[in-house]
Amino acid sequence: MPAVSKGDGMRGLAVFISDIRNCKSKEAEIKRINKELANIRSKFKGDKALDGYSKKKYVCKLLFIFLLGHDIDFGHMEAVNLLSSNKYTEKQIGYLFISVLVNSNSELIRLINNAIKNDLSSRNPTFMCLALHCIANVGSREMAEAFAGEIPRILVAGDTMDSVKQSAALCLLRLYKTSPDLVLMGEWTSRVVHLLNDQHMGVVTAAISLITCLSQKNPDEFKTCVSLAVSRLSRIVSSASTDLQDYTYYFVPAPWLSCKLLRLLQCYPPPEDGAVKGRLVECLETILNKAQEPPKSKKVQHSNAKNAILFEAISLIIHYDSEPNLLVRACNQLGQFLQHRETNLRYLALESMCTLASSEFSHEAVKTHIETVINALKTERDVSVRQRAADLLYAMCDRSNAKQIVAEMLSYLETADYSIREEMVLKVAILAEKYAVDYSWYVDTILNLIRIAGDYVSEEVWYRVIQIVINRDDVQGYAAKTVFEALQAPACHENMVKVGGYILGEFGNLIAGDPRSSPLVQFNLLHSKFHLCSVPTRALLLSAYIKFINLFPETKSTIQEVLRSDSQIRNSDVELQQRAVEYLKLSSIASTDVLATVLEEMPPFPERESSILAKLKKKKGPGAVSVNELEEGKREGGELNGGGERGGDGSAIAASNASTPSPSADLLGLRTGPPVTAAAPSAGSLLVDVFSEAGVNDDGFLRDLEPPTESSDSLLAEGPGDSDSAPPSVVSEDPATPLPESNELLNKFVCKNNGVLFENQLLQIGIKSEYRQNLGRMYLFYGNKTSVQFVTFTTTVTCPGELQSQLNVQSKTVEPLIEGGAQVQQVINIECLTDFTDAPLLNIKFRYGGALQNLTLKLPVTINKFFQPTEMASHDFFQRWKQLSQPQQEAQKIFKANNAMDTEVLKAKLLGLGMALLENVDPNPENFVCAGVIQTKAQQVGSLLRLEPNAQAQSGEQMYRLTVRSSKDTVSKRLCELLAEQF
Amino acid sequence: MQFMLLFSRQGKLRLQKWYAPLSDTQKKKISREVIQMVLARKPKMCSFLEWRDLKIVYKRYASLYFCCAVEDQENELITLEIIHRYVELLDKYFGSVCELDIIFNFEKAYYILDEFILGGEAQETSKKNVLKAIEQADMLQEEAETPRSVLEEIGLT
Repeated sequence: MPAVSKGDGMRGLAVFISDIRNCKSKEAEIKRINKELANIRSKFKGDKALDGYSKKKYVCKLLFIFLLGHDIDFGHMEAVNLLSSNKYTEKQIGYLFISVLVNSNSELIRLINNAIKNDLSSRNPTFMCLALHCIANVGSREMAEAFAGEIPRILVAGDTMDSVKQSAALCLLRLYKTSPDLVLMGEWTSRVVHLLNDQHMGVVTAAISLITCLSQKNPDEFKTCVSLAVSRLSRIVSSASTDLQDYTYYFVPAPWLSCKLLRLLQCYPPPEDGAVKGRLVECLETILNKAQEPPKSKKVQHSNAKNAILFEAISLIIHYDSEPNLLVRACNQLGQFLQHRETNLRYLALESMCTLASSEFSHEAVKTHIETVINALKTERDVSVRQRAADLLYAMCDRSNAKQIVAEMLSYLETADYSIREEMVLKVAILAEKYAVDYSWYVDTILNLIRIAGDYVSEEVWYRVIQIVINRDDVQGYAAKTVFEALQAPACHENMVKVGGYILGEFGNLIAGDPRSSPLVQFNLLHSKFHLCSVPTRALLLSAYIKFINLFPETKSTIQEVLRSDSQIRNSDVELQQRAVEYLKLSSIASTDVLATVLEEMPPFPERESSILAKLKKKKGPGAVSVNELEEGKREGGELNGGGERGGDGSAIAASNASTPSPSADLLGLRTGPPVTAAAPSAGSLLVDVFSEAGVNDDGFLRDLEPPTESSDSLLAEGPGDSDSAPPSVVSEDPATPLPESNELLNKFVCKNNGVLFENQLLQIGIKSEYRQNLGRMYLFYGNKTSVQFVTFTTTVTCPGELQSQLNVQSKTVEPLIEGGAQVQQVINIECLTDFTDAPLLNIKFRYGGALQNLTLKLPVTINKFFQPTEMASHDFFQRWKQLSQPQQEAQKIFKANNAMDTEVLKAKLLGLGMALLENVDPNPENFVCAGVIQTKAQQVGSLLRLEPNAQAQSGEQMYRLTVRSSKDTVSKRLCELLAEQF
Repeated sequence: MQFMLLFSRQGKLRLQKWYAPLSDTQKKKISREVIQMVLARKPKMCSFLEWRDLKIVYKRYASLYFCCAVEDQENELITLEIIHRYVELLDKYFGSVCELDIIFNFEKAYYILDEFILGGEAQETSKKNVLKAIEQADMLQEEAETPRSVLEEIGLT
């Protein structure tokens, strides 16, 4: 234990800390802490009144324990007692404890506020500062209510000590940030602004933070601060390095204050008063000049402080964007930093130049550094610096250098860090489109992009290339030729197959004259990729085939034969099967004229905002995209699905080609925020169609769902709830633990019934399900993504623990063999006996190339699936709400929004939940209320729900408050848990 | 500034100061995430990281990492010097400070920080003025303290 050099030295505390440090294990530490907690508790409870010193020591120990990461649930009262001690150190520890461990206990807050009030009026500056620090540290609304009126008075009073003024200024800032409505500057404004003139540099430093924040919110009221800030800055900038005594930092006069002054000026446009403006320009020039002077010290602190001011000055110059001379000088200065040996400076120079590139005055000057930046992209060892270099290349790109920059970015992409690949792909795609003079270059670039980084090419990117090719007839022939060539590669990315299928389906005729790419050659080429592709791509290819029949009548018989084959027309995937059946029928009964009309070439897409630009914006925030790009309009999502909306004869094909929410698009929808499309009503109705087409009409569906009969087998089976139809070999010996991500996967299905449950390199599992009353049926689709067959494929569904008595789950056996590229289906019947919390487990075992694969997932069967929606009027709703008023009947959660608060999306999700969404019930139109009854065999559980979005919560984050009331406490709790993950 | 963390090379949190309202769980999660991210960085890499919508500015002094999270528009270099000034203050107060000083006198480390930075903004950048304030406080307590027996100190009485 080191000697405590200063201060009070609570030896007991030091001993305790030593003990903790000597603990060899976490367990030992916890044991020691529990012992200490018991000791402190007994001291606090004991008959003997504790003296101030002991109280202080114990409170300090509690604080230490808390800071180690343990929970502390007592001692608050003792800490509050310390606040009113006359001894400074006791008071100090009390305040520290309160600052770190605020308790919303209202009784305590009142006592704390009382103590603070006493100290504020004590006129003892040390005590006043302590109290102000505490308010600034806690910054709660209650404190704002109590002190927001008092503190401005302390701040501007003539007799307040400087140190108290400093604390008061920042204390007020904190309260203003938490409760702007309570901090009313009004009459104090002018006196607060004049703190910029204060003799004490510390007071100015503290006050300017407050003034900057207030100016951002009320620029007009505070605009007199501009001239004061300029003159203050001018005095600092022109002072010799020793003038400011202790405010000079490594030979740089008042660097913090200088930066803050420059920051304050960025809240305003350039000063209108010529004299003020002249003085400011002079300051900025001086700062730029000083940056060129030889350093006064070799210490990094010297150069950091100096350059901090330089960068802040450059920010101001960029903010004004009106002084070409200064902008170009700034750019040259940053250019020097691009090759500086300090990584930090290179990083900041790249970052700062990015904004300079968007100014018309300095854009050209930035461009002169292109070689250096390209070099940085290739050689920097730190990925964050490379990222900045890529950003800058993107920002400096224009028509003159686009080809070079795009080429460099493409070649960098081959070795780029995985973390930034997707963004790089988007950027390349945007630049290629934006600066494409000839569209053949554009097509080449995008195809290269798919070749090099196919996995990172999001749907938006390949949708976009198709939009552009469709809309520009001068490039269609070239595009057809190029994709045809690209598809020749033995291994090409699935995205390439998608683009190829679409483009050849539309424009294959443009290259059919060449015998090397005759219609049949084209078809065979596409079809050779078919078996390697996922279901959505296959669906797209089928549409390309029917388009071929229209374009090239000579391919009709070959294609009909393909469509007629068992692997198409009897495909276990309903979407593929449906397409095969419909296209086959269409091609055989429709006349050439009808066929030509139905399968007409896609009309041009309406010009909207590029979908990839929208995606990049979403990814990086609006700041990432320069202003001229943003002007193009706010509408997002200019995706191919525009085609689906047009209706007309081609709509069936257009819609499926274009990945509008159709069941298959949904199956692929992992990347595109699945619940949004999946919960859309159209997807629901399509599903119903699919069910009825498969010959399961509504009645039959229910009749099929007879409750599973008890069989003697199940009593003998080892695994709990083992379905009697499961193959005997797979009664799992080990209660397999589900994959770590299985909860997340489960959560994705709370508000929807179909989609992809799981996907890895080998296997894709899709789900379609439907529920009625307390019964449900689930179709599982196991797709073999490889070209090798899976053998001894077995699945087992189990209900662990008490779930066994809550759910009755029966599964049909699956084929033990899945051919490469094929898909098998499994039906599972579910009966809800009583309410439940856990999910059934699905264990899958198979051999792939000799290796045993074993994985366990949670089946997305959640209690809300058994909801029956209940419509009711406002009056009824609130009456029932009141009836369910026992504390355990209610569950509530307050949580942060994970997604943007989009009313339509929220509604879709709540509908997907299965309850009735009640309109005009909640007095606040922002809120959502729902009602429904959960149907179980044992009972019905009525549930009410209220979701209150708060778009501007205290912390600036979007929050929700979710309240669920049910007649059964376990249901409320579970619904609340499930739903809190959905928004 | 949104928060400041001091942690050891082993990832042990030595000091945490939060300037934005967050729940204890959020604080724990953020600390874990930030510590892990910073410890994964190699020397010579730049001291700035983009993290969520904030910037992380960090620097290592001997066995301790000092790490600040600042708003996006904040000046990185001046934040780096905030860290350095805080280190200087600790150093001056404790007399060549080491990690142990901060562990055993954590309350002092908090007091010094409060004098230097309040509500996430620099309150007093003069080293002399900050130390003067702390020393005055120490004087106050020395006057107030009465000597105690060793047994009493370690809580055996």
